[in-house]
Amino acid sequence: MPLRIYEGDGGTPGDCAYASDARGASSQSFSSARRGMTRRSFLRRAAGATGGLAAVAGALSPLLDIDDMKSFSLEKFLQKHYKEMSPDDMKRALDRIANDVKQRYDVRPHLRDIKPMDGVEFVYALNLSRCIGCRRCVHACVAENNQSRDPEIQYIRVIEMPRGTTDIEQGDHHYDRPTVPDEQHYYLPVQCHQCDNPPCVKVCPVEATWKEPDGIVVIDYDWCIGCRYCEAACPYWARRFNFTTPSIPKNKINPDMAYLSNRPRPKGVMEKCHFCLQRTRQGRMPACLEVCPTGARKFGNVLNPKSEVSQILKTKRIFVLKEELGTLPRFFYYFDERDPIAMQTPLPTPPSMPSKHVGGGA
Amino acid sequence: MKAYIRFLYRCFRLSFVGDWRYYTWMFALTVIALLGVNAYAKQFAHGLITTGMTDQVSWGLYIANFTYLVGVAAAAVMLVIPVYVYRVKELHDLVIFGELLAVAAIIMCLLFVTVDLGRPDRFIHLLLRFNFPISMLTWDVLVLNGYLLLNMHICGYLIYCAYRKRHPSRIFYIPFVFVAIVWAISIHTVTAFLYAGLGGRPFWNSAVIAPRFLASAFAAGPAIIILTLQVIRHATGYPVPARAISILRSIITIAMSINLFLLGSELFTEFYTGAAHTVSARYLFFGLDGHHALVPWIWTSVVLNMGALLVLLSPLHMRIRFLNAACAAMIVGIWIEKGMGLIIPAFIPSPLGEIVEYTPTMNEILVCLGIWAIGLLCYTIFVRITVPVLMGSLTEDTPDRLTDAVSNAIPAQL
Repeated sequence: MPLRIYEGDGGTPGDCAYASDARGASSQSFSSARRGMTRRSFLRRAAGATGGLAAVAGALSPLLDIDDMKSFSLEKFLQKHYKEMSPDDMKRALDRIANDVKQRYDVRPHLRDIKPMDGVEFVYALNLSRCIGCRRCVHACVAENNQSRDPEIQYIRVIEMPRGTTDIEQGDHHYDRPTVPDEQHYYLPVQCHQCDNPPCVKVCPVEATWKEPDGIVVIDYDWCIGCRYCEAACPYWARRFNFTTPSIPKNKINPDMAYLSNRPRPKGVMEKCHFCLQRTRQGRMPACLEVCPTGARKFGNVLNPKSEVSQILKTKRIFVLKEELGTLPRFFYYFDERDPIAMQTPLPTPPSMPSKHVGGGA
Repeated sequence: MKAYIRFLYRCFRLSFVGDWRYYTWMFALTVIALLGVNAYAKQFAHGLITTGMTDQVSWGLYIANFTYLVGVAAAAVMLVIPVYVYRVKELHDLVIFGELLAVAAIIMCLLFVTVDLGRPDRFIHLLLRFNFPISMLTWDVLVLNGYLLLNMHICGYLIYCAYRKRHPSRIFYIPFVFVAIVWAISIHTVTAFLYAGLGGRPFWNSAVIAPRFLASAFAAGPAIIILTLQVIRHATGYPVPARAISILRSIITIAMSINLFLLGSELFTEFYTGAAHTVSARYLFFGLDGHHALVPWIWTSVVLNMGALLVLLSPLHMRIRFLNAACAAMIVGIWIEKGMGLIIPAFIPSPLGEIVEYTPTMNEILVCLGIWAIGLLCYTIFVRITVPVLMGSLTEDTPDRLTDAVSNAIPAQL
């Protein structure tokens, strides 16, 4: 803007009267006063501009608190989508992530990208007659999968259900008893169902989540933009969002990590159960199953007809949650043919009709 | 080209010039906008934990405001249709004010979506792997940006022609006007499908959501335009024909009637059937297990909307004060209906039956206010430039040194 200094012209912009007749605007009365800039108005504008800049700087000052500023790198910013990475790209990404972990948690992780196995499709089956609601699975999962401890993120939610109903609305999420199980209730653990027709995958605008050939729905934590549309779409409330930078004590880190599963997650992205793929793709069982004291949890390859899960699917009266939504879960529930607890305990009231929330009935 | 750059420069200068009322208004908006920027900077540094959202209620005020403003943007067609379809010539120039409102509303929409993202720094991923046409969100990105461009083109072209004192060539804007009519309906339909397409949220999974969105948008949007046109008339002396207000008044009367009818149909299905589908609606209207944070909101909205409709249907609507009061009631009533009444209750209870209520934090509210202030700043500047151009007092021939004086005198009183 050309600055012209006019001496002796005290006209200040802004305080001249407006003409009541709009069209008589260009009257000479004040046009002369606005011809250029006086020293006073120049100083005023300069002060205004400085004040404005200071206000903007002040408004932006919280940005100085960004904690992951140090770990920012152009390479990370330009990292490709998982499916587009060459083996070299992946190696570089793994190195970078391993270094970040080392720096942050003083642990050198055993980090790799584990691919699905041929001829394997995983299925989970959960025996509701055996589950006692001890929540050991919840905590084993947190420990195995490097979830944030503060705020704590849990993939498994165990719901205490009154006997005689399968209406999930009647369940209690926050039961707190000195001992479990309570005889009037049964327990319904819920985690990601790894649906074959997953609504979360459908809605993701950037393809940051997808289904792998072995049936596991995974997330590329470095691709997710954090819109949380998948969280709204999931009928099983299986997805979790990192509302802030996850915090994990250094001595609690599990160094056995995979790119698509339990490596530490950044702030602002989604995560969820991935059937412990860092274990299960290497022939081990998920952490929640290993810790279960009653053997209520069964896991395996459904393509192998001799596997325990195949036998269960064939012989037990299985059901899935919200079957009517057509999500085709890979997570099945069943009751023992004869419910041992129910045999000992007479029911307090006649059972009500099962709600349509739990399809199939037990 | 040179003339165009000079035009832009003069527009830029003009937006800094006005009388004390203009300065006070712009200063206040700037302060609020900066408070919003500050709040967003905090959110950017610490994450969305600065908001009241949780894993249970994972969308809140941001998405609620976004949804509302998509409706406001779509409502610009309610001025376009009378002019270009029914040939009400006297309103021709007013269309520009409606379309400028659409531009400002879409800018706000895009800001609301951006502040809702956990990783806005990865925005580029949308361009690199775009899940089109499967994800409805990608449709929304396309239609919103397309609508923004369409409206910017139409307004920009007409204003620039007036500035150059040229007669606008029909081929350069009439086809776009008609595309924009369909497009406006599409933006709100796609936004409704965003919610209606989720089987896991029975409260949203209803075919009536899209028609309800359109009806409420065509009530709230023109109500905003009615008030805005009066402000423009008072502040700038720009002649707004009474016919414009009366056409918009009939539109909001009809749209509001349809909106309440559709709401009634929805409520009948929800409550008469008494199926599990109704839990969220029960929570919204009556509360559930001792939780009733949304109950006062929704009944306020019902009262405001019904009251507005009663005024519009009675002879009172001929008195401008009552009309304005009805418009204000509708604007607020529909904002509540779409935000607190449509987005949030779908998350309560959660799909696993857990009831977690949602209360926005101060930081979140400041971000919202900041975005509204930015939107109003944009709209004020648009009007500030448009009025002198349309009135012929700012054209190519106006000497530079007169620009300030001219503009100072006319629209400065906003």
